[in-house]
Amino acid sequence: MAVTVVSVNAAPGPSLGHFDAASGERLHPAAREALLAALDQGWADPARLYREARRARLLLDTARESVASLLGARPDETSFPASGTQAVHLGLLGLAAGTRGALRVLPSSVEHSSVLHAAEHLAEARDAEVVPVPVDRSGRADPGAYAHRLAGPAGVASLAALQTANHEVGTLQPVEEVAEVCARAGAPLLVDAAQTAGRLPAPGGWSVLTASAHKWGGPAGVGVLVVRKGVRWRSPSPADEREAGRPPGFENVPAVVAAAAGLEAVARESATEGPRLTALVERVRAEVPRRVPDVQVVGSADRRLPHLVTFSLLYVDGEAVVTELDRAGFAVSSGSSCTASTLRPSHVLEAMGVLTHGNVRVSLGRGTTEPEVERFLDLLPDLVGRLRAQAGVAGL
Amino acid sequence: MSGDPAGGRRPDVALTVDALGLRCPQPVIELARRISAVPVGAVVAVLADDEAARLDVPAWCEMRGHTYLGEVAPTAFHVRRDH
Repeated sequence: MAVTVVSVNAAPGPSLGHFDAASGERLHPAAREALLAALDQGWADPARLYREARRARLLLDTARESVASLLGARPDETSFPASGTQAVHLGLLGLAAGTRGALRVLPSSVEHSSVLHAAEHLAEARDAEVVPVPVDRSGRADPGAYAHRLAGPAGVASLAALQTANHEVGTLQPVEEVAEVCARAGAPLLVDAAQTAGRLPAPGGWSVLTASAHKWGGPAGVGVLVVRKGVRWRSPSPADEREAGRPPGFENVPAVVAAAAGLEAVARESATEGPRLTALVERVRAEVPRRVPDVQVVGSADRRLPHLVTFSLLYVDGEAVVTELDRAGFAVSSGSSCTASTLRPSHVLEAMGVLTHGNVRVSLGRGTTEPEVERFLDLLPDLVGRLRAQAGVAGL
Repeated sequence: MSGDPAGGRRPDVALTVDALGLRCPQPVIELARRISAVPVGAVVAVLADDEAARLDVPAWCEMRGHTYLGEVAPTAFHVRRDH
């Protein structure tokens, strides 16, 4: 049977607005071009010595240098696992493998699930104590809370983790302040930069940095794992010769080349894209509560990602809003889960102590235009009004 | 849904809203529908075992200007009508 790509004929017309860049950004044209070229040029085994292999090695090395320099790292510290999640898993488990004896893991309570799951894994496999660090109502972690928890019992090794920005509400985290606190305590810090890589300057002070190419417009299947020179990190996987023994397996050279080309392009464009998207997000932040009654905009108003805004609609099922917006041509995601598939609300909204139902995350991408945002703002009030009328909650 | 004043866990509960088994956002909707049945200053107990209620009941109180008195017992959330 031949594999073919077919289009899913669900929507009658073209999508008006892809407002879910935080889940996955469309492949950047520069990344696409690099991918097609590298499929032809970089297919050979970069570990071998013949001509095609040397060409693949050169492509991989150049891509590595480029990604490393854009993330404030050295090439020999930088490797490419198969995803951002794998980067986080290897990063945290490798830091744990670099310690002996009793272990505590301190993630913020709003970390990506990959961080929290890796911490839970260490609780089971290493009997580690997982101590989540609380956040304020804007979703921001307090460096003082890290300091307080790092001053734990003597003789216990601590690992801390903090994202550069929250993936659900867009709040920027005080990474450099927490890095100072960790350095003073002698605790390594894993920084998950998935939401900011390419969009905002990379922070310093981390021991391990992770990112994910499809979040910046690179292809899926490329994560970034950076282990700072001198950090006690040991591979949690069986030995492998490739990628300095960090992620195991044959390198996906074409995808890594495409990821690097995408990151270069996005970083270059961020000087104009950042302010452009910040203004559009500002418009959504201001207009949604003005036009739609009973809305809670969540996340920090000023210390936030340029492209992401989240709000919660009182009395409305978040998944119903996602479905209705999709019908109207808009792709958004929701941190709410009022159906039987997942029983718990978003751990991020829970940690912030804000409304958990009716949640809508709008994350704008490179292709997002101002008319798309205006169209969204124009149709949202009626759409929400209809859902509230159907539920019999209008005017409650 | 019951209006039984003795259904709450404290004697000063004027109304108990039984939302056990209902999924979000239904518990806060039931609370919103019924709070006007009690006088200003009286306490409503919401019984809800949906995970979201623990967050959504206090968030609703803040948005609507009522006082959230806390989860006085597991799955029992008390709210004071303030206006």
